[in-house]
Amino acid sequence: MASPTATEQRPTAQHQEEELTGAEIVVRALRDEGVEYLYGYPGGAVLYIYDELFKQDIVKHILVRHEQAAVHAADAYARVTGKVGVALVTSGPGATNAVTGIATAYMDSIPLVVISGQVPVALIGNDAFQEVDTVGITRPCTKHNFLVKDVRDLATTLKTAFHLAATGRPGPVLVDIPKDITGHKTIYHYPEKVSLRSYKPTVKGHPGQVRKAMQMITGAQRPMFYTGGGVILANGAEELVKMVRTLGAPITNTFMGLGGYPASDRQFLGMLGMHGTYEANMAVQNCDVLVAIGARFDDRVTGNIAKFAPHAKIVHVDIDPSSISKNVRVDVPIVGDVRQVLAEMNQILGEMDHPTDARALAAWWAQIEDWRKRDCLHYTQNDEVIKPQFVIQKLYELTGGDAIVTTDVGQHQMWAAQFYGFDRPRRWASSGGLGTMGYGLPAAMGAQLAEPDSTVLCITGEGSIQMNIQELSTCLQYRLPIKVACLNNHYLGMVRQWQEFFYGSRYAMSYVDALPDFVKLAEAFGHVGLRADKPADVEPVIREALRLKDRLVFMDFQVDPVENVYPMVPAGAALSEMILV
Amino acid sequence: MRHIISILLENEAGALSRVAGLFSARGYNIEAMTVAPTHDASISRMTVATRGSEEVMEQVLKQLNKLVEVIRVQDLSDGPHIERELMLIKVHAVGPDREEVKRLADIFRGRIIDVTDRSYTMELTGTGEKLDAFIHALDPGMVIEVVRSGASAISRGAKGI
Ligand SMILES: Cc1cc2nc3c(=O)[nH]c(=O)nc-3n(C[C@H](O)[C@H](O)[C@H](O)COP(=O)(O)OP(=O)(O)OC[C@H]3O[C@@H](n4cnc5c(N)ncnc54)[C@H](O)[C@@H]3O)c2cc1C
Ligand SMILES: Cc1ncc(C[n+]2csc(CCOP(=O)(O)OP(=O)(O)O)c2C)c(N)n1
Ligand SMILES: [Mg+2]
Repeated sequence: MASPTATEQRPTAQHQEEELTGAEIVVRALRDEGVEYLYGYPGGAVLYIYDELFKQDIVKHILVRHEQAAVHAADAYARVTGKVGVALVTSGPGATNAVTGIATAYMDSIPLVVISGQVPVALIGNDAFQEVDTVGITRPCTKHNFLVKDVRDLATTLKTAFHLAATGRPGPVLVDIPKDITGHKTIYHYPEKVSLRSYKPTVKGHPGQVRKAMQMITGAQRPMFYTGGGVILANGAEELVKMVRTLGAPITNTFMGLGGYPASDRQFLGMLGMHGTYEANMAVQNCDVLVAIGARFDDRVTGNIAKFAPHAKIVHVDIDPSSISKNVRVDVPIVGDVRQVLAEMNQILGEMDHPTDARALAAWWAQIEDWRKRDCLHYTQNDEVIKPQFVIQKLYELTGGDAIVTTDVGQHQMWAAQFYGFDRPRRWASSGGLGTMGYGLPAAMGAQLAEPDSTVLCITGEGSIQMNIQELSTCLQYRLPIKVACLNNHYLGMVRQWQEFFYGSRYAMSYVDALPDFVKLAEAFGHVGLRADKPADVEPVIREALRLKDRLVFMDFQVDPVENVYPMVPAGAALSEMILV
Repeated sequence: MRHIISILLENEAGALSRVAGLFSARGYNIEAMTVAPTHDASISRMTVATRGSEEVMEQVLKQLNKLVEVIRVQDLSDGPHIERELMLIKVHAVGPDREEVKRLADIFRGRIIDVTDRSYTMELTGTGEKLDAFIHALDPGMVIEVVRSGASAISRGAKGI
C-alpha cells in the first residue's frame, strides 16, 4: 500500500546519497517538508523516532497529555496557518486515542499528516502487544492512509501523504510505520514532488460553466451568496470580497465559512442554518439565484431539504465533485478551486459594463433590511444574571474583534459563532462537522503556537472543557498564554435546550453536578483563575485576563443556566420556519 | 435500476477494502463484486453490480472516483455491454436423473467437469438470468452446492474503458 505508483521527480544532484534509518528518514522528511511543530506522545513503537527527534531542534515536538489533543492541536495549527498539521502517536492505544481527532479533521476537510507507530512487520496480525489495525480503523475517517512495509518506500510515502493532505479537498492522511521499519536503513532522498496517476484534482473551472454561472448571477433579481469552509481552505476570501462588493449582493457564511467575508460589512447577513440569523435564512429562502461557494449543503444549513431555497437557481463551486448535487440539485455546477474559479469569475465581471440590475437589487435590499430589523439575536440584559451572549459581545469588544477563537461544542459554540464577528479568515477554529466536545483547549494550543503574538480565546462550556482539561498542563509546559472563557451554565446546555424544546423538559443527564472550582483548578495547574458571578464582573474579568499577557487565564463566567440559542430551525423544518425569541 | 460498474484501481493491498468499505459506509447496495488483476499487473479491475436511483448512482460514481487508489470508473449500464458470470454447480445425479441433468446441461451449454456415481459437477457461463434459469430448471432437492463468480462485464465496440 506504500504507493509504488507514486512516481517521484528526482531533484537534481544537490542531495547526496546517504544511508539513514527509518526513524532518521521520518525526522529528515519532516524537516524537508518545512514542518515547524510536531504534536505527539511517545510509546514503544515510536521510540526510534523520538530518539531522532531528541538529536535535533529544528522540528519542535509539543508533548500533549492525551493523543486526541495532539491531533486537535495539529488541526487548529493547520486551520490558522493554512499549512499541514502534523501529529505523532504510538501504536495501539496511541492510535485509537488519535481517532477522534482524525475524524474531526476529516469532517472539516483539514489537512493533517498523522504518523502512528505500529508493531514490527513480522508481528502484524498476531495480536501483538499494543497492536491494532490502525489502517483499518482509520480508513473511513482519513482522506487516505498507508502502512509502510519497506523502509525504501518511507520517504516517498511521507511525501505522498503531505501531497494528498494539502491538495484537492484537503483532509487527514495517516502513515502507519512498523517499529522495525524505523530501524532499517536505506538511502534517503525526499522527492520534491510526487504525482499519482489515480489522483488529479480539478483546479481550474470549466470556462463554459464559469461563463454560464456569471450570466445567471448577473441576471439575478434577488441574488444571494452562500459560502463555506472551502473559501477559507482555498485562501479565496480576497477574491470573494471583490466579487461580492462589485455585485452589491447579500452574503451569508456557513459556520465553517466564518471570516471568509468580513462580518462587520453591511452586505454580510450573518451565519445561516439551524442557528443562523433570520435575515440570512429568509434571504436564502427567497432569493432567485443562490451562489454556493465551497460549501456542502450540510443538513444543519439546509433544514428540510425539500423546502430549501425553493425559488432559486443554484450555482455551486466546489473542488470535490461529490459535494455537488449530493443533497441539493444544482443548476450550474463548477468543479474547481474556489480561489481560481473566483478569479476567473472576477475577470469576466470586470469586462461587464452594468453587471447588475440596480432597481431589482435596491428592492431586494429593502426587503432584507426589513428582515434585519427583526433583530433576531436580541437578548434581554439583566443586572443579576450574566447572559452568555453578553460575555461573547464583551470578549469581541475588548479583543477588538481580532482574537483567534477556538470553541468546544454546545450553546457557547453557537453564541461564539453568532456574536464574535470575524473580519478575516483563519481566526476561527471550531469542530463543525463532527461536533467534537474537547476540541477547544487543544485547538487553542495549536493556534497559539501558530500565532504566538495573537490573543487566542478558547470559548468553552463547563461540560466540554472537562473532556480535555488535562491539557492545561501542556499549556504551562510551553507557556501558552491562552485565554479560556468558560460559559459555565451548569448544564450540557445544548442538550438541555433540545430536551426543553423537544423532550417535554425532561432534563435527563444534562445537569452537570459536582463541578470543580475552576479557579482553583486553574491555579493547581499553575495558571490564573478568575470568576465572574454578576454582569458587572464581566468586563473587569476580561480586562484583567487580557492584561496578563503572558499567562494562561481561565475565566469562569457563571451564566444564566437556562438561556437558549435563538433563532433555531427545528430538525425537519424549512429554513424559514425558525423559532425566534 | 440495476447498474454494472467497472473500476480500475491500483493493485495494492487494501484497495479492495476501501471500495467495499465505501459501499457499506454510505449504505450503497452491492449485489456482487469481483476483482482480479488486468493485463497490466499494477492495475486491478473490479466489477460491481449494484442498484440505486439515478441520484444515488451519481454519488456512487463520484465517491468511487474520489478514492485515491481508483484510476477510472465507468457505469457500463450507460451503453451496450456484455455481462458474463461463471457458475460451478454440484448436483445429485442417480438413476434416471443422470440423463436428465446431462440433457439440461447441454441445453444451457454447460459442461460436466467432475463426475461420481452419485453426482455431477458442472460449469456454466452466461448472464445472471441464464444461471438463475438453470438452477430453476433443476429439481430443488438435487442441488448440493452452487458457486457463482458474480458478474464480469465489458463494453461492446472497439474502445476500452
Ligand atoms: C451544534 C452545532 C450546530 C451547528 N449549526 C450550524 C448552523 O446553524 N449553521 C451552519 O452553517 N453550520 C452549523 N454547524 C456546522 C455544520 O455541522 C457543518 O460543519 C457546516 O455547516 C459545514 O460548513 P460548509 O458547508 O462550509 O462545509 P465544510 O465542511 O467547510 O466543507 C467545505 C466544502 O468546500 C469544499 N472545498 C474545500 N477546499 C476547496 C477548494 N480549495 N476549492 C473549492 N472547494 C473546496 C469541500 O469539498 C467541501 O464541500 C453546526 C455544528 C454544530 C456542532
Ligand atoms: C464528545 C461528544 N460527546 C457528546 C456530544 C453531544 N453534545 C453536544 S453539545 C453537548 C453539551 C455541551 O455542554 P457544555 O460544554 O457545557 O456546553 P453548553 O452547551 O452548556 O454551552 C453535548 C453533550 C458531543 N458533541 N461531543
Ligand atoms: Mg454548559
